[in-house]
Amino acid sequence: MFQLISPSLVDEPVDLIEISINQSQMSVPSAISVAAALLYLENAVFRESPVSQSPRGPYCMMGVCFECLVEIDGERNQRACQIEVYPGMQVVIESTTSSSIGAEEEL
Amino acid sequence: MALQALKTDINLNNNVYKPKFNSLVKKSFDTIVIGGGLVGSAVACGIARKGLSVAILDGGDRDYRASRGNFGLVWVQGKGADYAPYAKWSGLASKHYSLFEQGLKEATGINVGLSQNGGFDFCLTEEEWDERLVEMAAVSRHTHGEFKYQMLDYVELKQLMPPISDEVVGASYSPHDGHLNPLYLLRGLQNWTQSLGGVYLPETKAISIRALKRGFDISTSNAVYHSEKVVLCGGLDNQRLTRDLDMFIPIHSVRGQLLVSERVAPFLTHPSLQIRQTDEGSLQIGDSHEVVGLNDGTTLDVMAKMARRAVTIFPHLSSVKLNRAWGALRVMTPDGLPVYHHSEQHPGAFALSCHSGVSLAALHAGFIADWIVGEETHPLISDFSGDRFDVPIN
Repeated sequence: MFQLISPSLVDEPVDLIEISINQSQMSVPSAISVAAALLYLENAVFRESPVSQSPRGPYCMMGVCFECLVEIDGERNQRACQIEVYPGMQVVIESTTSSSIGAEEEL
Repeated sequence: MALQALKTDINLNNNVYKPKFNSLVKKSFDTIVIGGGLVGSAVACGIARKGLSVAILDGGDRDYRASRGNFGLVWVQGKGADYAPYAKWSGLASKHYSLFEQGLKEATGINVGLSQNGGFDFCLTEEEWDERLVEMAAVSRHTHGEFKYQMLDYVELKQLMPPISDEVVGASYSPHDGHLNPLYLLRGLQNWTQSLGGVYLPETKAISIRALKRGFDISTSNAVYHSEKVVLCGGLDNQRLTRDLDMFIPIHSVRGQLLVSERVAPFLTHPSLQIRQTDEGSLQIGDSHEVVGLNDGTTLDVMAKMARRAVTIFPHLSSVKLNRAWGALRVMTPDGLPVYHHSEQHPGAFALSCHSGVSLAALHAGFIADWIVGEETHPLISDFSGDRFDVPIN
């Protein structure tokens, strides 16, 4: 689905690092963003909208749209496109990122 | 002046000099509205609906634009506690909103997300609650009981809004209040105007206005425009614009800062002055007031105070992330009331100034447009004349 287009990544040997995604160990290229890593692993749906439950994934890849939110090292709702992967990183893709907030409350 | 000179030039050298006529001929409209914010766009829309030709001369994207930074409340409660006509006018605006919004939706396909199921204004101290009670009673009295409200203590409020904390003393509630997406409203008004043949001209800043024997010449950064009537809706620039036509409408700015959170599962079914949840799930936190001239930035202390207040009211929001913040400048008159002014000296010149471009949009596109085109004049309009700012100058 997604291909590396950076010449350095395509032509030269890529340094792979290990990160954990939903507690599974994955090898991804180093020096790319978490969002790029997830796309590299053919993972386009990062979360669900807390309002409509529709699937969401990265849209702008530059920190503006807030659609690529994932949990990184225990901190939820991080913009995956703004954070670089590093060995041992723990990424969690949640179904509903804000489910703990008021979902059950009715007025 | 330059145009006059060119025209002379053209007449003298008719056979040799062939300028691009289209860019030089004065463009004429029945009415020109100066300012393409919520007030100007609503009025232009109302005028276009009467079948008259109208143009909106708008400034640039970097101008101060209350219409693009505001909170999006359709608000009644508390307005006009000290001035009965404003209480009546605000109530009328709320009553006309749903019909207006339906018309907008049918004409443009734009859904502004209007919800009018009542709003709260939270009180965090006993004094606030007591003052609010007096204010609400005054508005009700002014409207002969048409304005409905309830003062809720903590226990009553907790039943309606379980997530509130026990630091909240209570709230005022009014069923007339609501909210919408102000950016969709602005786009809707401009689209509706254009679909009826109205012209929207961006980057066309009005530099000077000249009253002629008949009509007005408006020099802009692009060209000179002519109209029978001119409506000044220039927001913070109205003080400058009105001066050209010998009107005196004093305007100052009051900054409001606004915080926007990440999308959160819907929990806040009613808007409040302090916090509202959009239909897309974001929380907007606002209600700051600072007089800082033309500085529309944000400050850490005010943002922290607003965030703290939101968490004081709804403690479960403490883990919600804020995505954006901005400042915007309210357009304020000295008494905080709208100005609807028709120049006596230059008939056909109108000046409109207010800080409630969202709340009053239905009336601006309705009664105010009727008044400008010369149909019926709603009796409340004369209560907002700019004559109240006239002071004898020696």
